[in-house]
Amino acid sequence: MSRTIIQMNSIIKNYYIGTPNELHILKSISLEVEEGDFIAIVGASGSGKSTLMNMIGVLDRPTSGEYILDGISIKRMSDNQLSDVRNKKIGFVFQTFNLIPRNNALKNVELPMLYAGMDRKKRVERAKELLSLVGMGDRMDHQPNELSGGQKQRVAIARALANDPAILLADEPTGALDSETGRMVMDLFHKVHEEDGKTIVLITHNPELAEETNRVVTLRDGMIVGDRPGSGKAAV
Amino acid sequence: MFLKENVILAVAGLRANKIRAFLTMLGIIIGIGSVIAIVSIGDAVTNNVSDTMAGLGANNIYVYVAPSDNDSIYGQMNGSGTEKMDDSDLLTFEQIEQVRKKFSNEISDLALYESVGSGKAQDGHKYANVTIYGANPGFGSVENVDVQKGRFLTDRDISGNRSVAVVSDKLVSNMFGSGTDPLGQKINVDTSDGVESYTIVGVYKYVQQGFGGAAVADKDISTTLYIPVSVAKETSDNQNYSSFEIRLKNVNDTHAFTDRIESYMKRLYANNPKYTCSAYNMENMLSSVTSMMGTISIAIAAIAAIALIVGGIGVMNIMLVSVTERTREIGTRKALGARSSYIRMQFIVESVIICVIGGIIGIITGIGLAAAGVALLKMKLVISVPIIFISVGFSMLIGIFFGYYPAKKASQLDPIEALRYE
Repeated sequence: MSRTIIQMNSIIKNYYIGTPNELHILKSISLEVEEGDFIAIVGASGSGKSTLMNMIGVLDRPTSGEYILDGISIKRMSDNQLSDVRNKKIGFVFQTFNLIPRNNALKNVELPMLYAGMDRKKRVERAKELLSLVGMGDRMDHQPNELSGGQKQRVAIARALANDPAILLADEPTGALDSETGRMVMDLFHKVHEEDGKTIVLITHNPELAEETNRVVTLRDGMIVGDRPGSGKAAV
Repeated sequence: MFLKENVILAVAGLRANKIRAFLTMLGIIIGIGSVIAIVSIGDAVTNNVSDTMAGLGANNIYVYVAPSDNDSIYGQMNGSGTEKMDDSDLLTFEQIEQVRKKFSNEISDLALYESVGSGKAQDGHKYANVTIYGANPGFGSVENVDVQKGRFLTDRDISGNRSVAVVSDKLVSNMFGSGTDPLGQKINVDTSDGVESYTIVGVYKYVQQGFGGAAVADKDISTTLYIPVSVAKETSDNQNYSSFEIRLKNVNDTHAFTDRIESYMKRLYANNPKYTCSAYNMENMLSSVTSMMGTISIAIAAIAAIALIVGGIGVMNIMLVSVTERTREIGTRKALGARSSYIRMQFIVESVIICVIGGIIGIITGIGLAAAGVALLKMKLVISVPIIFISVGFSMLIGIFFGYYPAKKASQLDPIEALRYE
């Protein structure tokens, strides 16, 4: 029996509401993701992918519909509560890595734990553990500008895992990397998925990468037009 | 919230951009630096003036004749009564003696004097500049003349119109060196009226007062040469006196006695339409100096406030630039779970750090400037500790005030927009 981590019921997102330019970006999206799943959301640009990612990552609120994340409805939450949900439940991995400049790898990984109010000793200990896990144990005191793209993304993954989030939300994580380092990053996702049983949502426009996951959800014009099993790691 | 982390982060940010940080701080440095410098120099001057005045005596009262339409001390000092006073408007020796007798219970000494002018004691190539003063015996104690050898002037010097002089130790060392006993020596003094010869009867210790001598070589400093007031009157236009000074037996009487003697003296001048007679003490003088310094301080404070506002606006400007530059960082932090208040705090701390570091550099610069200025005026540097704390506190306030708007702007960024920002 696995739990439902993401439950979206008829999510609608409109922009410029009430103006002649009103845009309907997401048109009644319903999606359920089970704990421990590794899913890919694919779609061309303009399909509403990014907006859906913002919804899943609680960076934005739906115009209507209900989103229950790890058993909690975010509907009536204040901005501060949403911040706390992002902090504890979501681990973001960005295409452009988004490490904080002038903060070494260790500090970057510590940051979500700092916001969570964890004390320094525990924070440093866990950050070191995570950096070792992603194979960056020997570069903990390096500044972001001293790291290669692949190394940055590994630090970013360690940071995303810091507060042991319910989901790892990766937006084109290999988009800025060459195929070799992209492969390494994907392997890291598989490792985290298999060893920790972490729920992973991968947003991509690359069908090959999507095929590596357990489930491929296809988005077009703000609607889910396909939802099928992927080939999993066998596709690698 | 996370104060320590924010401070470390802010300092790291400043170090990464040293020149920009310095330029940002410059306004604050100039503002705080000038306040510290001016306040320190002002304190030094005030201290110097009050020391000098305390030296002159808190229990001294100065009585003077002044035009009745302008009986303030400034009028008298500025010589605004350009009309020449003649003997009928002045105080006679007898009137002054009357005062001494009437208030003999209160008055310990009474000084009479007559300024003669400047001159030069000369003997071959040896010389000493002098300012010649006619004085009575009371002058020595009223003005604290520190006689080290011989004696001060006596009543017999006055009544006998003797050509004797009390000179400074500086004059003695200039004229005779250390080997000769100056007492009984004759000196010739050149003045605009010709050469006069005096016999030295006493030597006093010269004490430099006020701002004097800063631009003059030590050897050329003019010291006072005291001669009997009766001798001084021989060359004067007036035989009567325009002022005198008294020393009281009890310092606590100063305030009340100033009023008493003034009303007594005013009665003597009740029938004189042009002139009156007033009295003031060092307390009055000190309070007028203090209020003058207060006025100057307010003017400086206003200038400094403008400098600090301009500095603060500079800080705000850079903070706004910094917020824009770091839009994506702000978005990332929000995605990682930073509440808006954390972001706001981060930027306010950064702005406060800039201002406080600027303030501290300003304090150091200001003290340096004050030390240089005070050294130039040959005074003692006074560093006011409260003003240092006030400056640091004020820098913090500027940081909070001018950092608040950029910080608020940063905290209100939409995380989606911020993450997308290129």
